[in-house]
Amino acid sequence: MQPTFTSSRILLPVRPWFIVASLFLALLGNLLPTAWWPGIPDWVALVLCFWSIREPRRVGMGWAFIFGLAMDVADGAVLGQHGFAYVLLAYLAASQARRILWFPVAEQALQILPLLLAAQMMQLLMRLVAGGDFPGWGYLIGPFIAALLWLPGTFLLLLPQYQPVERDANRPL
Amino acid sequence: MAGIDDHAPPPFFKRGPAPLALLTFYLAVSLALFVVDLRMKSLDLLRQTVALVVDPVQRAAQTPGSLVDHARVYLRGLQQMREDNTRLQQAQLQMAPNLQRLDHLAAENERLRRLLAVKEREKARGQVAQIMYTARDPFSRRIVIDKGQQAGIVAGQPAIDEVGVVGQVTRVFPFSAEITLITDKDQAVPVQIVRNGQRSVVFGLGDGHLELRYIPANADVQVGDLLVTSGLDGIFLPGFPVAKVSEVKRDSAFAFARITAVPLAGVENFAEVMILDPRQEQPPPPPEPPSRHNDTGATKKHGHKK
Repeated sequence: MQPTFTSSRILLPVRPWFIVASLFLALLGNLLPTAWWPGIPDWVALVLCFWSIREPRRVGMGWAFIFGLAMDVADGAVLGQHGFAYVLLAYLAASQARRILWFPVAEQALQILPLLLAAQMMQLLMRLVAGGDFPGWGYLIGPFIAALLWLPGTFLLLLPQYQPVERDANRPL
Repeated sequence: MAGIDDHAPPPFFKRGPAPLALLTFYLAVSLALFVVDLRMKSLDLLRQTVALVVDPVQRAAQTPGSLVDHARVYLRGLQQMREDNTRLQQAQLQMAPNLQRLDHLAAENERLRRLLAVKEREKARGQVAQIMYTARDPFSRRIVIDKGQQAGIVAGQPAIDEVGVVGQVTRVFPFSAEITLITDKDQAVPVQIVRNGQRSVVFGLGDGHLELRYIPANADVQVGDLLVTSGLDGIFLPGFPVAKVSEVKRDSAFAFARITAVPLAGVENFAEVMILDPRQEQPPPPPEPPSRHNDTGATKKHGHKK
């Protein structure tokens, strides 16, 4: 597989433990005491979105549901709030995966933004319907920051799959 | 179906159920969980099971923050420590006359109450817990503390800090517990105005402020009035400071005045809290005469939480 479909660089196959480790690291990021800063992205949503696009056969709605449940419990949110949003995000990302990977990375970020925004809006909508208060527009900054982080994120998460560039003078390929 | 099966292509690749079917399934489960949790609040077992798995991650996520804290304390230096020490010693000295007589006064109070045949005041006991972190959910005001079922915490216990009431334990996990702050939306605390003894209920507004409801527009409430727990709910012991009235708006169009208060306790800071033990069993309230409906609503929310 390649970083994007138009790239000529070939990647090594992904290691399953790395996917799980990165998801747990994202969960750790979400649990850091950053609740009072505005615009902190939802790390789990970002990493989940990334793997749903890169490896839709390995990471899917099941993982999304499990991590959503974990987030609900850790956050003290109503059960199912994150789960619903993450499952929807994973589905949308996986269904768009083949299309999104044709774009260069910067344009991929633009394609990711509506997905992340939809997941965030979904949570907002569920809570408003259930009688919550509007938490302020700062709540919706997160996805924009997350979309910006798509570029370094892609590089970091693909890093273990890159192989060294070897130039062989005898082989033209 | 059986007829078509013969002509179906052999399954070369194992693919599992169709994505749309999976999506529908998971969304339905999520929605069911959401509704059940919100309306019936009966998913504690599931929550505790998941919490057992998430707990180590939560504790790990805390480490950088506490490292920074330790570093700050370490770097603050000897000088400031000395100043702190002097200041605290002076404060203790200032309070000494009152403190030394407190035991005596408490004993006297008890004796007098016994003479008057009034029930003796309960003593406040509790255990100190560290605040682990503030929940990320922007829709609710909650904090998580590092003591849970293992330390004997039960839902409903009040939490205070050195200045006043912080909140109430609402969920208990094996190794941690969740405290709903008094500023959480519609969290209710029955209070009493110290100056004139008028009773009411403060409700959280969800934005860090409290609102004193069910006070008639012509009632004697002033900016700066201290609100303490009234103890009528059978959960909070009476006399703990809760909030200070910050704004009183009287509008003749409404029967009730609009009174805003700010919490006294450092409700949204990182620190330690004291979890008070549950109160002793209260006698059942006398049956209310049907015509009195002035003072209701005081214990509505706590009733659910028990």
